[in-house]
Amino acid sequence: MLYRECGQFKSTYRDDQSIFPIAQDRWALWIALAVAIFVVPTIGSDYWLGSIFIPFLIYALAALGLNLLTGYAGLLSLGTAGFMAVGAFATYNLMIRIPDLPFLVAIILGGLIAAAVGVLFGLPSLRIKGFYLAVATLAAQFTIEWVLTTFGWFTNYDASGVISAPPIEMFGYEFKSATSRYLLTLSIVVVLALAAKNMVRSSIGRSWMAIRDMDVAAEVIGIRLLRTKLLAFAISSFYCGVAGALWAFLYLGTVEPQAFDLNRSFQILFMIIIGGLGSILGSFLGAAFIVLLPILINNAAGLFGGAIPADVVSNFELVVFGSLIIFFLIVEPQGLARLWQITKEKLRMWPFPH
Amino acid sequence: MADEAGKHIGEVLLSASNISLSFGAVHALTDVSADIREHEILAIIGPNGAGKTSLLNCINGVYHPQKGTITFEGEPRADLAPSEIARQGIARTFQNVALFKGMTTLDNIMTGRNTRLGGNFLKQALYWGSYQRDELEHRVLVEKIIDFLEIQAIRKVPVGRLPYGMQKRVELGRALAAEPRLLLLDEPMAGMNVEEKEDMSRFVLDVNDEFGTTIALIEHDMGVVMDISDRVIVLDYGRKIADGTPDEVRANQAVIDAYLGVSH
Ligand SMILES: Nc1ncnc2c1ncn2[C@@H]1O[C@H](COP(=O)(O)OP(=O)(O)O)[C@@H](O)[C@H]1O
Ligand SMILES: [Mg+2]
Repeated sequence: MLYRECGQFKSTYRDDQSIFPIAQDRWALWIALAVAIFVVPTIGSDYWLGSIFIPFLIYALAALGLNLLTGYAGLLSLGTAGFMAVGAFATYNLMIRIPDLPFLVAIILGGLIAAAVGVLFGLPSLRIKGFYLAVATLAAQFTIEWVLTTFGWFTNYDASGVISAPPIEMFGYEFKSATSRYLLTLSIVVVLALAAKNMVRSSIGRSWMAIRDMDVAAEVIGIRLLRTKLLAFAISSFYCGVAGALWAFLYLGTVEPQAFDLNRSFQILFMIIIGGLGSILGSFLGAAFIVLLPILINNAAGLFGGAIPADVVSNFELVVFGSLIIFFLIVEPQGLARLWQITKEKLRMWPFPH
Repeated sequence: MADEAGKHIGEVLLSASNISLSFGAVHALTDVSADIREHEILAIIGPNGAGKTSLLNCINGVYHPQKGTITFEGEPRADLAPSEIARQGIARTFQNVALFKGMTTLDNIMTGRNTRLGGNFLKQALYWGSYQRDELEHRVLVEKIIDFLEIQAIRKVPVGRLPYGMQKRVELGRALAAEPRLLLLDEPMAGMNVEEKEDMSRFVLDVNDEFGTTIALIEHDMGVVMDISDRVIVLDYGRKIADGTPDEVRANQAVIDAYLGVSH
């Protein structure tokens, strides 16, 4: 089937405003969902589900959270992993301190606590922007890590600092197998991704993009800067907080501050740079890219039958990442999502370009 | 001429009295008083650096004058943030186009309705029921503005890719979307060719005529000013040196000396 917009006349603004106005995009989404729900769990091994698909989905969720803040609202943050840690530890503490608290309620509350912390560290954003704001969010990252490792209450006075996450039970079913954890992660990520897509095409999303593109003009048409920025911090941190909780409970199975260090923040920032700033799809593409690239490089190295030492391979990984980030920053700041869009535009013209 | 339609110019809508604004040693405005009356088109003219933009900036709260008061709809106004002043019904465009570059024409103009299309973000995240209805209602109004400004063809184009004249038009659309009582236009025709200027003049007159919007605009092209304005005030070195009908101002000796006669 050809990728075409023409012939699909939208006779009402309602059709034009639907979430995916082009039929082929709608189909692509349904197919992707069907594959994710039915095909992946059937053919994916436990290793692929547990060690690749689950972290991919959680990364995508965290990248989505950061993208709302940085890509849409234009507020650069290096505190992503810090907010993830808040979500993870808040959920953990809620679960062990409130008996019989349902897991879903616990992660929503954990996300809300992360949102509150995000707002707190977002306060300076009214006064500072760009590089200086990045430094302020870096302070969030370090403060949160320090608090969680210093005060034993948060880790329930566990001496090792590595706590196993309590088991997850819902509707009398224990989410233990890789498949069940994958499907639970998938459901949460899909719901939150659709919510994000809706927000960015609504007035709140337009307010974010407005303050990103020209804050004086935004203010002059009635957008309240502080509120809009703090809402971006709150919602972004909620997404990151939920991602952190999923990381601890559904991926690692342990709750540890080390999982949420500054490297993680940078990793997620790279995802949205490579995937595409200000793009929901880009968050997924970036996450997929960063999860899959090391696997590809390792497999490629494996072709040489171990002739390449492991440390060379891992350094090579860094070189590839570095070059790609420079490439995207200079050549295509809108990332993979934009490349995909260009391909689609070409397809729309095909086979008669101009 | 705008006044031959027999239009009704009403009470004073906004009044600036004895406004002074300085940036360090630069006196951008000194003791300026001016009224803007309901339904009129007021032109603000003067050489570069005369303080015209600064006056608009004081009116919509981008700057707060050190001295003097601004009265809007009969009430003296405290120093409010621009966003609050926008919510009282004052909209504007900028001398250097200030559009949201990454957004489409449609989204830029829709953003002009954001103060009315609020609703909490949870409703927007669900995009269901009442929020969806609201969004559609506002879309209908925005489409009317798009038709009015004849920019249907660029509806879905990111504004960063538009030519300058079109960007100015979109910016006018965004300001109109707020349905302001007072519309401030900072050099809406600067850098345009003759046809574009004619189009823009027509839009300004039509907005004033059809919606009764009060307009204060800064313009350098004397032909345009004489054609479309009901009243003209002249600034020079931060002071108001004349205030009257276009004909009165044209005949004013101080104006001729300061502005019309002397080339800057
Ligand atoms: N933000 C600012 N900081 C310093 N000086 C300013 C600022 N805005 C305006 N000015 C000065 O105020 C004077 C009036 O400027 P402006 O109102 O922009 O003039 P006009 O719009 O009539 O050309 C100029 O001398 C200008 O340099
Ligand atoms: Mg000016």
